[in-house]
Amino acid sequence: MDAIVVANLSKSFGAEPARRNALKGVSLRLAAGSMTALIGPDGAGKTTMLRTLAGILTPGAGEVSVLGHHLPEQALAVQRRIGYMPQRFGLYEDLSVEENLTLFADLHGIARSEREGCFSELLTMTALGPFRKRLAGKLSGGMKQKLGLACTLIHPPDLLLLDEASVGVDPISRREIWGIIHRQVVEHGITILLSTAYMDEAERCDSVIVLHEGEILAQGHPGRLSSPLEGRSFLFELPENLSTSPRTVQSTIAGLPGVIDTVIQANGLRIVMEEPAPPALPADLVGRGTLKASPPRLEDAFVSLLFGRVKRHGISVPAETAASDGTVVIEVHDLYRHFGDFTAVKGVSFSVRRGEIFGLLGANGAGKSTTFRMLCGLLPSSSGTLRVAGLDLRRAPSAARARIGYVSQRFSLYEALSVKQNMEFFASAYGLQNRRKKSRLAWALEEFELSAYAGANAGDLPLGYKQRLALACALMHEPGIVFLDEPTSGVDPLARREFWTRLNALACQGTTCLVTTHFMEEAEYCDRLVLMSLGEVLAQGTPSEIKAAARRPGEPPPGMEDAFISIIEEHERSSRRAS
Amino acid sequence: MSMMRLMGLIRKEAYEIVRDPSSIAIAFILPLALLLIFGYGVSLDARGIPVAVVVDHPTLLTASFVGELRSSRWFRPTNYPGEAPAEKALTDGRAAAIVWLRSDFTRLALSSGRAPIHVIVNGVDANQARIIENYLNGAWLAWLAQRAAGEGIRISAPVVAEARVWFNPAMRSRDYLVPGLIAIIMTLIGALLTALVVAREWERGTMEGIMVTPAGKMELLLGKLIPYFVLGMGGMLFSTIMAVFLFRVPLRGSISVLVACSSLFLLTALGMGLLISILARSQFVAGMVAIVATFLPAFILSGFLFDIHSMPRVVQLLTHVIAARYFVGLLQTIFLAGNVWSIIVSNCLGLAILCLLFLGLAIIRFRKRLD
Repeated sequence: MDAIVVANLSKSFGAEPARRNALKGVSLRLAAGSMTALIGPDGAGKTTMLRTLAGILTPGAGEVSVLGHHLPEQALAVQRRIGYMPQRFGLYEDLSVEENLTLFADLHGIARSEREGCFSELLTMTALGPFRKRLAGKLSGGMKQKLGLACTLIHPPDLLLLDEASVGVDPISRREIWGIIHRQVVEHGITILLSTAYMDEAERCDSVIVLHEGEILAQGHPGRLSSPLEGRSFLFELPENLSTSPRTVQSTIAGLPGVIDTVIQANGLRIVMEEPAPPALPADLVGRGTLKASPPRLEDAFVSLLFGRVKRHGISVPAETAASDGTVVIEVHDLYRHFGDFTAVKGVSFSVRRGEIFGLLGANGAGKSTTFRMLCGLLPSSSGTLRVAGLDLRRAPSAARARIGYVSQRFSLYEALSVKQNMEFFASAYGLQNRRKKSRLAWALEEFELSAYAGANAGDLPLGYKQRLALACALMHEPGIVFLDEPTSGVDPLARREFWTRLNALACQGTTCLVTTHFMEEAEYCDRLVLMSLGEVLAQGTPSEIKAAARRPGEPPPGMEDAFISIIEEHERSSRRAS
Repeated sequence: MSMMRLMGLIRKEAYEIVRDPSSIAIAFILPLALLLIFGYGVSLDARGIPVAVVVDHPTLLTASFVGELRSSRWFRPTNYPGEAPAEKALTDGRAAAIVWLRSDFTRLALSSGRAPIHVIVNGVDANQARIIENYLNGAWLAWLAQRAAGEGIRISAPVVAEARVWFNPAMRSRDYLVPGLIAIIMTLIGALLTALVVAREWERGTMEGIMVTPAGKMELLLGKLIPYFVLGMGGMLFSTIMAVFLFRVPLRGSISVLVACSSLFLLTALGMGLLISILARSQFVAGMVAIVATFLPAFILSGFLFDIHSMPRVVQLLTHVIAARYFVGLLQTIFLAGNVWSIIVSNCLGLAILCLLFLGLAIIRFRKRLD
């Protein structure tokens, strides 16, 4: 039996002329007991699809039937039988873990006698047992997400709809969440439809649906989706003691004819070709690594499916100049920040050299943003020294600020102003005048390919374009250092690739880039990085140094995510020993 | 409708009320602050009015009249040597009125028993000017009567009005301001509480999770109405206690009538709040709309400060959709006059219609949907 039957579903928002079609005649069938992933770039219609299936959006046109109930008429009947976890699951933060569970048990009419057993099972499964009486608002991001999942599993549902359930949580919680979801299918035979930004999660599903601009591009078993790429995926293995950064190699390969995609990964570069033929490596690269064929992955298929449909931008990466001369431009020593009796940053020290891409990695709540705000002079430090561009931030914050650019987590653009007006405003705010202002504006429109959108309101831009505009505004005054706080959060894999290429180009021109991210695989793009957890630095160095530190004898080098997890586990073990 | 679901929602709301100080602050701190500021700060009585006195020919009689003014608590007389400096004092705002005893004051007082005084009042604030004029007139008449009694003469004022004030014999404006103020406060509490808490659920994303549960829309609405009704009645009780024990406003009507009328009004105000929160999904917008659409009209158009009968006809018609208008009338009657059924019934009827209108609209407009 099919759990979900959708025929010709369309849905649009807003009135003409600003009408936006979120779904355009989508048809699909989901077998009961299957696990399906919904993937696609931002604005593809994933959330609209899940909300429609949950009965909280009315279909514009077409037929929708969920568990045999017709929508929208029988929404209540559907809602009795499904569990739905929205992107930001609304937990009541003033209620404890147990009170949140009780509320959802009440709403689903779970008999009081069954509750204790059900709660203890869910709490064991989510490892939230010790925090039963803690207020939900005081839980970490990963714990909140697990509690949200527990609340949706309370009845237990016949169908589970999950909207990016594991985004923004630390790798350990992400693994646990995935484990819980997987158990639901195996042990309880629950049908699951989930949207995700992680291709490795989608790869583990029975079936994958690729959405793009409200249409289904492809649908099927992940292995079947990637099979057309047989013979088109290659791995260019680089030795661990490479003299230049893998980024330079990447930008060379990306420019070769027939190359669709290149990604830096654990031990080299992954290359996806348009045709089943290896890339023609230039002579100077041939001897520097070994090129191997590699089995295709879902991510390769995803990128090649969207290749050509999404306009991708050829960003020219200049050859590496003598920019990285080793001058230290940012120096942080024994930095602390307290909020009341909570210590957000505990004794953080690191230094950044000119022209480096320096990463701050960690889950939500690790202290990355707090460290960042102190570096930008937005937040005074409680103790410790901070020198940015040779200036002490405690003494000359505004002089230091004139030399840096800052892209905040939510981009902080003026949504009601046009792209050009935003640029003009930031140019004026940085004191640019006359000829210089004019030339910088022209540069920004050209460099970030925003000319076509110059008159559009910043608020109406797709997320990827907002990100570009924010970067353009932060670079108006040609700062030597740019700070980027979670610039890739919520941005799809394609836009993320483009963003990193852009950053690469900036670094090659000698601009120092500081980036925070919770995507572990993005660590590979950094020259050096620090791994943070609960306000402390757990490890720092180049990506290969960090992975080497986490490498267990006799095992292959771990990916950044595995490295992070083993470093955290090691840290927890040693802190337990110490206490 | 399931009792378990409804109780679950109410329990959740109760925890939030107890743990998040903002709703407690709206229900108790807001009335405390407003009642203290208005109760002590705003008074429509004129007291200690600065009066410039100009006496052309000082005699014993003029001294006696000025003494009369000085002894009254309404006036603070100051002597000025002539009309010109007195006028200057008036224009500078140092005096609110000029009392001019002309050179014939003593002669006329002795010969006819009537001694005309010349009064000039600053008319910028027309209301205040009328009050001052009346007070001065009263003081003058009192002085004449006292003098006549002393001389054994009957004065022949054409008509002597003998005024008797009912319901508020001491004419303390606080006595009618405080009940009116309670009506205004309750409007704000009722509308603000529900508008903010529902908008908060939208903002924090809790609404989306709650929507995809078997809870029906009546359960969701009642789950909001009942806890905030209880909290609002708590605020009402608190305000009443302050009015009676702190401001010494008499409570002549019965408690049960007060409770019944307040419940009806609170439901109406909560209904307005619910309606606002359905239309505005951010706390900021909901708060602004609640203040502009409920508090300000209640302040100006409820008859609390400005008499409805002296408003233009169109505006008078408009006041019928202001719930506070009925509640101001009800509270002033219940506190000062007692159980006057004709007023109570007609005002309650008006409230009941508005209550059904707002709650009905809220029920119709509330959907378990995002679009």
